[in-house]
Amino acid sequence: MVTLVMPRLLAFEGTPRRAASVTERNISTLRSAYWVVMVSGFLEPVLYLFSIGVGVGALIGDITLPGGEVVGYAEFVAPAMLAASAMTGALAETTFNFFGKMKFVRLYEGILATPVRPIEIALGELAWAMVRGVIYSAAFVVIMTLMGLTTWSRALAMLPATLLVGLAFGALGMAVATIIRSWQDFDLIAAGQFALFLFSGTFVPPTAYPEVVRWLIEATPLYRSVDLIRALSTGTTGWVQLLDVAYLMALVALGLTVAGRRMEKQLCK
Amino acid sequence: MGDSLIHARGLVKRFGDFTAVDGIDVDVRRGEAFGFLGPNGAGKSSTMRMIGCVSPPTGGVLEILGMDPRRDGPKIRGKLGVCPQLDNLDIELTVRENLTTYARFFGIPRKEARRRADELLEFVQLSERADSKVEPLSGGMKRRLTIARAMVNQPEMVLLDEPTTGLDPQARHLVWERLFRLKQQGVTLVLTTHYMDEAEQLCDRLVVMDGGRIVAEGSPRALIEQYSTREVVELRFNTEDQSAYAEKLAGIGERLEVLPDRILLYVADGDDATDEVNRRSLGPASVLVRRSSLEDVFLHLTGRTLVD
Repeated sequence: MVTLVMPRLLAFEGTPRRAASVTERNISTLRSAYWVVMVSGFLEPVLYLFSIGVGVGALIGDITLPGGEVVGYAEFVAPAMLAASAMTGALAETTFNFFGKMKFVRLYEGILATPVRPIEIALGELAWAMVRGVIYSAAFVVIMTLMGLTTWSRALAMLPATLLVGLAFGALGMAVATIIRSWQDFDLIAAGQFALFLFSGTFVPPTAYPEVVRWLIEATPLYRSVDLIRALSTGTTGWVQLLDVAYLMALVALGLTVAGRRMEKQLCK
Repeated sequence: MGDSLIHARGLVKRFGDFTAVDGIDVDVRRGEAFGFLGPNGAGKSSTMRMIGCVSPPTGGVLEILGMDPRRDGPKIRGKLGVCPQLDNLDIELTVRENLTTYARFFGIPRKEARRRADELLEFVQLSERADSKVEPLSGGMKRRLTIARAMVNQPEMVLLDEPTTGLDPQARHLVWERLFRLKQQGVTLVLTTHYMDEAEQLCDRLVVMDGGRIVAEGSPRALIEQYSTREVVELRFNTEDQSAYAEKLAGIGERLEVLPDRILLYVADGDDATDEVNRRSLGPASVLVRRSSLEDVFLHLTGRTLVD
């Protein structure tokens, strides 16, 4: 259905049209085998939610949010899992796959011989990563609501927030993919990603750590994402969420700029 | 300038300290088949990448289709077809999808893309493989598909970087035959090659490149007339050092080249020269009389052979 609707929505010229043609190329590669990847990506946060949010949560009891509101542990963990899965989905597509396309299958060399420019490839790949991310997020949000961890109206507000989180990590991932040199470097990325996943206020509020560590945590992109989505999920939004949004938008701009420039440098020598 | 599709003056490409293209002047007119002939490392591919607007020139003037690549890159690329030296087909897509998807990068509507894909597959004789993946295709089929892909936007000019390198003789002839058909249809072809027979078959006009510079320019026939004799006698002697025989051959023909495995005599009449060699009873292991080719032009201009 996507392939039928998209061309009509994209009756515009220039950069958006060319970026969309790159997204469209990825949609054309969708084969039955891809759904296996999709299912595993969706399952991961759900498993965490049940094992830690619900299981460990039964031992922990309630958590007090920075604003003083008291919530159940599963309510505390679920939005963090949503943010983390938006991060994982975006990074998977923009680091590993993007790197392979750029360095090994020379896909972009062929595309760059057409009117499409490097930054337009980056935008198209990012949009593609979002298609996948939004499907994960929507499914997870439905589960959260059915479990009574949030309300339907809040769930609706969380979707655009997860999109922003995905865009930020997608752009960041693409910038990183233009910098790394070999497949071995992906172990480093995976380690960094796991550290973010464990410590970004996901399972424990950052106030549990010493002051210095707390500041460090609050400066990470995943913490800002968790903070934004948790506030929306628990209905505790305030001014600080504007900071989260600004932070993530700045990350999108920075990531895309770096990725576009470095692609140009590497592919248009 | 008139209908000049490529106009270059003092065109330079440097990578750090290395100068790949060292100030070349080129003009390619609409409808002609133009070749860059030279050995590996002569600067042919760098020149092609600049013409294809994927590599910015370091210096000099370059106009493609009357436009400036630095400013109008996307617009120019929209009117070019590019067949790169190494196939970069999309291995995740089928043969037909490779064409339809590529068409979308040019903003061609989906229905039209499909129509052109079928037409082009017919042209390169791949209709039966339309739904196959790219991977199992032979080298010649992949190259034909790449040529079809380069035609999908109905380009004003097609750039072919070593279109038949790595193909077996049969596949090469099939590619040449298709390219010749394109030429007859009035498509402007610009190609690089280090095969003299390819240049002779396809090019109306060519430049000989060596070390980033143009060392000669003209039609294949004119170049041969200007830089070589009508015929060549190839002599092989049973010896480690062919040059030992060079002195003994003095005075026969206009010129003589000593190669590691043979001696070439440049003469007006090959049979007369052979008679003279026999009269001196030098006893060559083999004698071959042939017409002069672009290979001889290149050897004369640079002192080296094209394919080593």
